[in-house]
Amino acid sequence: MSEIQLTINGQAIKAAEGETILETARANGIDIPTLCHQEGVTPTGACRMCLVELDGTNKLLPSCVTRAADGMVIRTDTEKLKRYRRTILELLFAERNHTCAVCVSNGHCELQSQAQAHKIDHVNFDYRNPQLIVDLSHERFGIDHNRCILCGRCVRVCDEIEGAHTRDMRNRGIATLIITDFDQSWGEASSCTNCGKCVEVCPTGALFIKGLGAGEMVKNHELVPGLVNTREVVHAKN
Amino acid sequence: MEKTITIENVTRIEGHAKITLTLNDDGKVDQAHMHVTQVRGFEKFMQGRPYTELPGITARTCGICPVSHLLASSKAGDGIMAVRVPKTAVNLRKLMNYGQILQSHALNFFYLSAPDFLLGMDSDPAQRSLFGIHAANPEMAREGVRLRKFGQQVIERLGTKRIHSNWVIPGGVNAPLEPSLREAILSEIPEVKRIATKYLDWFRGQLPQFSEYAQNMGQFNSLFLGLIGREGELEYYDGHLRVVDAAGNILVDRLDPDRYAEIIAEAVEPWTFLKFPYYRPLGYPEGMYRVGPLARLNIARKAGTPMAERYFEDFRSLEPGAVNSSFYYHYARLIEILHCIEKIEELLSDISILDTHVRASAGVNQLHGVGCTEAPRGTLFHDYKVNRDGAVEHINMIIASGNNNLAMNRGVLEAAKAYVDGTRLTEGMLNRVEAVVRAFDPCLACSTHALGTMPIQVELLAPDGERLDMISR
Repeated sequence: MSEIQLTINGQAIKAAEGETILETARANGIDIPTLCHQEGVTPTGACRMCLVELDGTNKLLPSCVTRAADGMVIRTDTEKLKRYRRTILELLFAERNHTCAVCVSNGHCELQSQAQAHKIDHVNFDYRNPQLIVDLSHERFGIDHNRCILCGRCVRVCDEIEGAHTRDMRNRGIATLIITDFDQSWGEASSCTNCGKCVEVCPTGALFIKGLGAGEMVKNHELVPGLVNTREVVHAKN
Repeated sequence: MEKTITIENVTRIEGHAKITLTLNDDGKVDQAHMHVTQVRGFEKFMQGRPYTELPGITARTCGICPVSHLLASSKAGDGIMAVRVPKTAVNLRKLMNYGQILQSHALNFFYLSAPDFLLGMDSDPAQRSLFGIHAANPEMAREGVRLRKFGQQVIERLGTKRIHSNWVIPGGVNAPLEPSLREAILSEIPEVKRIATKYLDWFRGQLPQFSEYAQNMGQFNSLFLGLIGREGELEYYDGHLRVVDAAGNILVDRLDPDRYAEIIAEAVEPWTFLKFPYYRPLGYPEGMYRVGPLARLNIARKAGTPMAERYFEDFRSLEPGAVNSSFYYHYARLIEILHCIEKIEELLSDISILDTHVRASAGVNQLHGVGCTEAPRGTLFHDYKVNRDGAVEHINMIIASGNNNLAMNRGVLEAAKAYVDGTRLTEGMLNRVEAVVRAFDPCLACSTHALGTMPIQVELLAPDGERLDMISR
C-alpha cells in the first residue's frame, strides 16, 4: 500500500492510501465528531457531524466516507463547521423527545456528550414533541423511538456483523422509523438472535437493556470493533 | 351583601395556590376555598414508559421531596417484580427517607413558618423570611440551615446528588454505602441532635403564648391516617395503614398499603386542580382526614426512639385523644426531626448497613404494584398497572399534600372566621389565614401535579361577583 501526504489543521500527516480522512485524522490524534459512524461496519455519512473543509472545493465533505488523497489540505474545526455541527445537534434534539435527566443513558450518551462538547445550552428550533412508541416486547431489550437519531448503526451491525438483518428503516425523511423484520414488534421478530449488538452500538438510550433505571445503561463501545478484529485475526490464520 | 376575598398567591409554601373567602351580609366569613391553580399531568404522560424508569421520572414531580417519590415508585416496582428487596437496601432506603424528612421539615420550620413565630403574625411581610430571622436571631437562622444541610447531605452521601438522585431503583438501590460516608454522617449526629433539641425546647416553651392560634388555626375534628410500625411506633417506610378518629379511637388497623383503595377514594371539585381524597366509609366530604407529622404522632402509641419519646408523650398530652389543632403540626414536625436523627444514628450504627448486596433483580412477575411511604407531608401512594412487557398502562398517584386537601380547606375556613373582618382587610389577617396552610406544609407542586410559582391573593367579592377589595403579593 503506497503512502500519501496531506495536511490536517496545518499539521503535515502521512497516511496509507485507501484510508478515509476520518481514519487518518483519528490515527494522528485529531478528533472529528461523529454520531452515525461505527468502527467495524460500513460508513454511511448520514449524520453529517464529521463534515470537514477541503481546499479547492466549496463543498463540505463527510470525512467518514471520503478517502484521504495525496496533497489534500483539510480543516476539521473551523467556526463554520462548529456552527453547522451545533445546528445538526439542535435539529436532532428538536426532532424527537430527548429528556436526558430521566433517560437510561444519562451520562453515557453520545448525543448528550456531543451537545456538551458543542456547548449547546438551548435549542433554537421548536420542539416537535412527536408521540412515538416504546417497544418493550422483547424479553431482554427495549427500543424507545423517542430517543432514536436514525444513525443506522443498529441496522448495519445486525446486517454486517450478526448477519441477521432483523433491523431496517421504513418511510423517508423525518417520518423514518427503525423497524424489526416486517415492521413487527421486536418480540415477534423471528430473525432476531437476541445477541444485543444493536443495543451496544446505539449512541443514545433508544436501544437499552430492560430493568435499568435512569443513567444505568452503559454501552460497551469495544464490543463490535473487538469482534471485527478477532474475525480478521482468525481469517488471517486460516 | 355577600363578598369574596381572594388571597393570591399564598406565600411561603411549596407550589401555587390562592384562597377565596366568601363573606355574608354581616361581613363575616361564610365559605373558604383553597384553589390549587395549575396542573402537571404525570399520570398521563408516563403511560407507555417502562416501569423501571418511573422512579427517575416521578422524582421530578418535586424538588423538595424527590426521595419520597423515588421510594414510592421503586416500591411499586418491587411489587411488579415481586422480589424481596435485600435487607441492607431496605435500610439504606429508610436512611435516605429520614434524611429527606429531616431536611424538608427543617425547611418548613426555619425558612417558612418560624418568621411568624419569631417576628409575629403582624410583622412587616418583607421581613417574614429566613433573612428576617437572621436579622433578629442569626444563630437560629444558621442552625436552621445547618439542620437542613445535614439532611440534604445524608441524601447526597447515599445517592451522589441532593436533588433528583437516581440511586433508588426497583429491587433495591444501585450502589452500596461507602464506609467513609457512614463515618462522616455519624460524626455529625451529636451536633444536629443538640440543634434539634434546642429548638424543640424553644418552641415548646413558646406554646403557651400561641394558645390562641392553636384554638383558631385549624382546630377541628378529623380522622388521621398514616403508616404505623408493628408495635405502634412511628414508621415511614414499611408497616401498615392505620386510621384513628378525633378521639384517638382506631378505625382501621393493620391494613396492607396495597389495599389503600378500600378505604380511600378521591373526589374532584371544579374550582381546583387538587383532588380531594376522603375516607371511603364516611363518604365525601365527611370522610375528611389529615396526614403528615400531626397524623403520624396521633396514630402512634410511641415514638420508638429514646429522645423523641419524651417529646412524643408531651405532645400527646396537649389534647385528650388525638391532638386536633393543626397548629401543632409544627411541634410534631420538630419532634420528627429529632426522631429522624435518632433513626439515622440507629441505622448507621449497625455495621450491616455497609453490606454490598443491595439489589434484587427480576422481570415482570405481577401486573400491578403499589408503593406507599410516609413523605414529609404525609402518606404517599404510587399505584401502577403494567402490561406483560413492563410498559405502564395506568398510574394513580395520591400525593401526601392531596390527602390534606379537605382539612386544609377546613383550616382556612376556621382561621378566616376567627381573624378576617370583611369590612376592612389587613395584611396580618390574611397572614393568619395563610399560616394555617403553612402549618400543613403543603407541597402543591407535587400534589396538584401543578407547575410554577405560588403567589397569594385575597379577593373580596359581592354576591353578584363584583370585586370589592383585593390584597395580593
